[in-house]
Amino acid sequence: MEIKQFIADFADQFDETELNEFQPKTEFRELEEWSSLAGLAILNMIGKKYGVKISASEIKGIDTIEALYNLVLSKK
Amino acid sequence: MKTIFSLEGKVILITGASSGIGKAVALQCAAAGATCIITARNEMRLQETFDGLRGEGHKMVLADLSSLLGVNILLSHILGKIDGVVACAGIVETKILKFTEEEDLMRLFDTNAFSSIRLIRELVQQKKLQNGASVVMISSISGTKCGYIGGALYGATKGALEGFAKATALELSPQRIRVNTIVPGMIETPLLEGSEIGSEELEVDKLRYPLKRYGHPDEIGYASVYLLSDATMWMTGTSLLIDGGYTLN
Repeated sequence: MEIKQFIADFADQFDETELNEFQPKTEFRELEEWSSLAGLAILNMIGKKYGVKISASEIKGIDTIEALYNLVLSKK
Repeated sequence: MKTIFSLEGKVILITGASSGIGKAVALQCAAAGATCIITARNEMRLQETFDGLRGEGHKMVLADLSSLLGVNILLSHILGKIDGVVACAGIVETKILKFTEEEDLMRLFDTNAFSSIRLIRELVQQKKLQNGASVVMISSISGTKCGYIGGALYGATKGALEGFAKATALELSPQRIRVNTIVPGMIETPLLEGSEIGSEELEVDKLRYPLKRYGHPDEIGYASVYLLSDATMWMTGTSLLIDGGYTLN
């Protein structure tokens, strides 16, 4: 599992945001397109593609895509 | 003192009785004087409900109602006829449509819709419902009054129950058997814990309810007692909305 692929999967949940805006240090809640629907899509994507269940409370303190990636890694 | 709302002398079957709404319904039915037959899949938690039932003569049956075999196992333990059934078995899953898969569809419909529909069909076919009995199904505002993000399949299962209840109410009316649904808004149950919805989001969501809180499982229990009692002998095909005013907005 590589962060590059994870970022691609993350970006795939968005329609309007430019691809270059998705970087390891991107604070995803600051994205203009971020919404509760996008948040749920990310959790569902992680469940389906990475087989990891993350609850809303676990993602609370996570700000960047990299930190989320590390959380997924730690639960695999 | 026996009131019109008493369930004394009535035998009531409650599914999904091991936790949440089903557990509260069972406890309230027993408190109202009913003899309860409670069923669920989890033995330990079902035993907890059973131990909490007031009065004597109750029965617990472990059964998985997601198959006809499971339903028949349950019905083999029901020797006479019953005076009422409250179908509470259900699960909540929050998944947006584009991530749902065939197995999600099957699992949700099996647990939330088909298990209750199958049970009631078998109760009718095997003539286990007393004339004048009351059938109660737990529906939801989601799928019947409104929807929520990630709730397409869940809502679809609850809509299915509503449709089933209307036609069945007509078909069972010659036997004076009533069929009604309870349509709750969000209820504080263990289903909410560990879900994809965060606790802060839940607190914000509560404020969208004019009565500023989610419902308590017991409040669905009280409504069930009402629909099972002789007070509602002229009510059938009704969807009893209990939502803290949520759908007024």
